[in-house]
Amino acid sequence: MVQHMGKYSIFSLIRNALAYHEGWERAWRSREPQGEYDVIIIGGGGHGLATAFYLAKEHGITNVAVIEKGWLGGGNTGRNTTIIRSNYLWDESASLYEKSLQLYESLSQELNFNIMLSQRGVLNLAHNLHDLRELERRVNANLMNGIDSEILDTKSVKNFVPIINTDPNSRYPILGASLQRRGGTARHDAVAWGFARGADERGVDIIQQCEVTAIKQSRGKVTGVETTKGLIKAKKVGVVVAGHSSELARMAGFRLPLNSYPLQALVTEPVKPVLDTVVMSNAVHVYVSQSDKGELVIGAGIDGAHGYSQRGSLHVIEGQLGALCELFPITSRLRMMRQWGGIVDTCPDASPIIGKTPVDGLFINCGWGTGGFKATPGSGWVFAHTLATGEPHALNAAFTLDRFTSGFLIDEHGAAAVAH
Amino acid sequence: MLLIPCPYCGEREESEFHQGGEAHIERPKDPNKMTDEEWADYLFFRDNRKGVYLERWVHRHGCRRWFNVARDTATNQIVAVYKMGSKPPKSITSRVTMK
Repeated sequence: MVQHMGKYSIFSLIRNALAYHEGWERAWRSREPQGEYDVIIIGGGGHGLATAFYLAKEHGITNVAVIEKGWLGGGNTGRNTTIIRSNYLWDESASLYEKSLQLYESLSQELNFNIMLSQRGVLNLAHNLHDLRELERRVNANLMNGIDSEILDTKSVKNFVPIINTDPNSRYPILGASLQRRGGTARHDAVAWGFARGADERGVDIIQQCEVTAIKQSRGKVTGVETTKGLIKAKKVGVVVAGHSSELARMAGFRLPLNSYPLQALVTEPVKPVLDTVVMSNAVHVYVSQSDKGELVIGAGIDGAHGYSQRGSLHVIEGQLGALCELFPITSRLRMMRQWGGIVDTCPDASPIIGKTPVDGLFINCGWGTGGFKATPGSGWVFAHTLATGEPHALNAAFTLDRFTSGFLIDEHGAAAVAH
Repeated sequence: MLLIPCPYCGEREESEFHQGGEAHIERPKDPNKMTDEEWADYLFFRDNRKGVYLERWVHRHGCRRWFNVARDTATNQIVAVYKMGSKPPKSITSRVTMK
């Protein structure tokens, strides 16, 4: 089952180079659905593929299908700004995101696939006294949880990011920043591809262009899904569909506390290296890093109104670019090359929902809103545990759907980079 | 950018407006008599529909008045605009499943 794909190494590179690169195998196979699986995962993005990978690897469950209505990693996984960090305020979130960051740190080796993790540091800027107090509170909370985090004053910010504008007379002056040095970026597509390859290698079926049209149930228990490629049976189904979670929940007969919005990002033309870290600002809503190709990757805020159109409003990015030019005057004459949008499923407390649903055997992993990419391996890891055992792992036990009834909310609006 | 037909001022750009979430959610008359589930449903649970969605808007930088909009969230097409307190027009109710 594994033989068709060799291990990637310096030797395979040389061997294939000598053969004019004509011998590379596909990294994973696109399958047609079988009639029945132990577990079906709806959604072939990073979180779904990570779930399938850890189901196979950690729990030995390999009779698994990942079904994706479009193409693998073509939703928010391929549309985010690739930022990774774990500097969240509350213990529940800090543990979950830190688990994810730790998995990221060894993921290239684990998957034998270069995800190009670059721990270049992530800065969160403070533009007023309140921002600064909140950042200090969060840095202290991080340190209590064993997560690296520090406060920089204005001068240190300038030293760390020489192109930043620290003029005290600017509209949003920089009073300081928090810095997580272990934060950074990774190649988003590679994360999806690496998990897909690892899952496929272990026997998981990846089925693309297969849309779920109904969730089959019998006496309150899930029995399978109806799809555009026919009925597929399973006693356990995991829904990992980000922006479309409310629609899938509606098919299954329950509601979620989610609101879906378009979130945009854009890249500039490539330039020489000017920025070797990630800079984020909650107050002016812009976050930026420079890709290996030299493009500045810029994230915007969410749209003002709900939407499933995967394209946002122009006035939103006008605001973002205004903020960018004030923070980095050097960028004012850069041209934008591409702009795109994804649909983010925001939760009232800016924390995800990972666990059971009112339907037996149907589990959901959603509500990551504007910050799901950093959580990809951790989310898959805990969701695989939840699907395999039927119960949440200690790391996702607090992230239930019930918390909106019990009132045990995990308010991470301060740590989420994009206000919603 | 949406072009929103304010029922009082006519068509204006989206940046003059602010969206106020799902329409037709009534504040419960007696919260003390509700179960936790009902209260959670009122506070947090939403339709979040792909398709024709009923929402509230306020013309913040114009007449400052609130009104309802029926908009297809997949295409951004505005299907109907109607005043606060009134029900959605009959022409669209077939396209919307009210909860």
